[in-house]
Amino acid sequence: MSTHTLSVLVENKPGVLARVAGLFSRRGFNIESLAVGPTEHDDISRMTIVVSVDELPLEQVTKQLNKLVNVIKIVEMEPLAAVRRELVLIKVRADLSVRSQVLETVQLFRAKVVDVAPEAVTVEATGTRDKLDALIRMLEPFGIRELVQSGMVALGRGPRSITDRSLRALDRTA
Amino acid sequence: MSSQITGAQSLVRSLEAAGADVVFGIPGGAILPAYDPLYDAEHLRHILVRHEQGAGHAAEGYAQATGRVGVCIATSGPGATNLVTPIADAYMDSVPLVAITGQVPSGAIGTDAFQEADICGITLPITKHNFLVASADDIPRTIAEAFHLASTGRPGPVLVDLPKDILQATTSVLPADVWPPTLCLPGYRPVTRPHGKQIREAARMISAARRPVLYVGGGVLKARAAAELRTLAELTGIPVVTTLMARGAFPDSHPQHLGMPGMHGSVAAVTALQKSDLLIALGARFDDRVTGRLSSFAPKAAVIHADIDPAEIGKNRVADVPIVGDCREVIADLVAALQGEPRADLAGWWRQIDGWRRTYPLGYDLPTDGSVAPQYVIERLGRIAGPEALYVAGVGQHQMWAAQFISYEHPYTWLNSGGLGTMGYAVPAAMGAKVGRPEATVWAIDGDGCFQMTNQELATCALEGIPIKVAIINNGSLGMVRQWQTLFYDQRYSNTDLGTRPDGAGTSAGPGVGAASSAPRGARRVPDFVRLAEALGCVGMRCESLDEVDATIDKAMAIDDAPVVVDFVVHRDAMVWPMVAAGASNDEIRIARDIAPDFDYEEA
Ligand SMILES: Cc1ncc(C[n+]2csc(CCOP(=O)(O)OP(=O)(O)O)c2C)c(N)n1
Ligand SMILES: [Mg+2]
Repeated sequence: MSTHTLSVLVENKPGVLARVAGLFSRRGFNIESLAVGPTEHDDISRMTIVVSVDELPLEQVTKQLNKLVNVIKIVEMEPLAAVRRELVLIKVRADLSVRSQVLETVQLFRAKVVDVAPEAVTVEATGTRDKLDALIRMLEPFGIRELVQSGMVALGRGPRSITDRSLRALDRTA
Repeated sequence: MSSQITGAQSLVRSLEAAGADVVFGIPGGAILPAYDPLYDAEHLRHILVRHEQGAGHAAEGYAQATGRVGVCIATSGPGATNLVTPIADAYMDSVPLVAITGQVPSGAIGTDAFQEADICGITLPITKHNFLVASADDIPRTIAEAFHLASTGRPGPVLVDLPKDILQATTSVLPADVWPPTLCLPGYRPVTRPHGKQIREAARMISAARRPVLYVGGGVLKARAAAELRTLAELTGIPVVTTLMARGAFPDSHPQHLGMPGMHGSVAAVTALQKSDLLIALGARFDDRVTGRLSSFAPKAAVIHADIDPAEIGKNRVADVPIVGDCREVIADLVAALQGEPRADLAGWWRQIDGWRRTYPLGYDLPTDGSVAPQYVIERLGRIAGPEALYVAGVGQHQMWAAQFISYEHPYTWLNSGGLGTMGYAVPAAMGAKVGRPEATVWAIDGDGCFQMTNQELATCALEGIPIKVAIINNGSLGMVRQWQTLFYDQRYSNTDLGTRPDGAGTSAGPGVGAASSAPRGARRVPDFVRLAEALGCVGMRCESLDEVDATIDKAMAIDDAPVVVDFVVHRDAMVWPMVAAGASNDEIRIARDIAPDFDYEEA
């Protein structure tokens, strides 16, 4: 099995997330990560879905997704041809004795401290999965008190947009 | 201004504008506003059913018989959930269906209000799409979109959920002014035109094949492509098999027709697929009931797979030439492309096929105890009612015999529940078919088990003047399940005796308390189908001997002003043959218990 990142443009309507998520579970596919948000166009939302499947079932899930009436377009983001990012917030134990070490690690990863308390700091980092995993590993010895991560978002490299043509389709029918 | 109407009025006018002439349904609290304008609708007939499941199957039968969209309507909560089975049925068999449901008022949604059920959530996996309407202004467009989705591309069920306050609200968006409304379905673009390159590649393979088979599925009927199929078959001389969903797409009397493939298919059809070097799959989906064990299905065949639903292609079997498109266009294009190609010499292939046909024709034994063979009843029914009649089956042995022993000559004369296998389909679906095709004779061929699930719609038929005919193939048991118990469970007949005939005894009750339910029932018939039929306002008849079969059918055929129910009491141990056991390879087909065909394996 290999990991695939799908960018799915959907109509911005109630219930669409349930339709997409339900389809994955119904057809027996596990979603590793899911991020949903608005796009530059009011009527379109974009989901970034990371799944771990073989080539053939991936084709099947893509076709099934395409059958959902609210799904406008699906593009697989090739790892090398796309910028892929996740965000993590980590509350890490950092009393005075270790605080400078914590801050050093944060800097090394070009992460940011976004909240400070006497015993702990909250770190914000964005990056690829690998980078964030490395950061988490480095902070673990200090004691991670709480951690939250976003789903992955991805955008193809270069000047082209996957929303352009979909927008035209939307305009035609509007 | 007078040009304001209620959402309910908009609903009724929109249904009319969309072309609906009949809706099947039952009123209730949340949908009640819609029933007021329905009361004086001029172009929309409402048929009051006795159970919402009946409304759904009736709408399916109407759709399958006419090719138009079937419409059913129910109230919120239990009314809506009673539609779930027919909606799932329509989803599996790609039947164009629009289901209208009432919903609790918008403000009450999510509060567990009286008769609230999240029917959009419930039907998410069994509808092509569904809508929860948010404004009375949106009703015309939503109804237009629902009909469009249900009937185009791969057809299927669409549900429109209407909160009560939306039905009661007023709107100035009048269906008459906006019709046809602009649809807003940017993600819906079914491909109907096949790709020329794929067609050329398919034509090349077809003319090069030595052992090709046209594997025809229900999609050919959905595409209304029976005429095109015949042209293609006769142009190429290729043998044809029609699946359970495609019976009638190609005349059974045609010399190129090998019959039905699959679990209970003919030896010739099953074996031709197995030995084929090229499957030309048209609107078929390689269902497990056709393929048997998938890994050993047609092992030497290359596959051309044409379907309007891209997700079907490559789902179960890899396609060498995938063709996405409407079957009518695909077949027409194939015919055009093949005109210039040399016609393959299939004489050797036909010699082999004819050998299987001659040696292993469909058949059955007459019972030695003098009881009536169920297959005989069905065969006679098909002969007497003829190929112009519509036959609507339930689910079980009688369904398989009806698929095997009636000769279907025309499309849309065979209706059944194929994908979901829904017991209870026959009576209401026959009712809907008769409403759609009032001039046609409509026979439901039902089991004594199935009939007891939905026979209350006969009251609807009696009161609404829908004179269907029902042949109950009364073997006193859940026969198909019993057949499996005979074959795979050591004849331990756990809970399959129905007691619908006086000789309910005669089966050995197994050990244990559970066996008490299959104990002999003596001289009673429960229910007595003749008296039940009469209680429901129908003519009831019974036939218990071979020499009464024709006369009874003739008598039933002569009645056209009332529904007729005939209780055919038949042999209880008859089995459906041939059979490929579930999960077995099609190579292991049996023509009778423990008897496999004896093929000579020489290749053509
Ligand atoms: C709603 C539903 N429940 C259960 C089944 C399982 N099932 C399939 S065939 C069958 C027996 C049908 O009995 P009957 O209607 O008497 O037909 P027969 O096989 O005897 O001809 C049953 C219980 C089903 N298909 N549908
Ligand atoms: Mg029975």
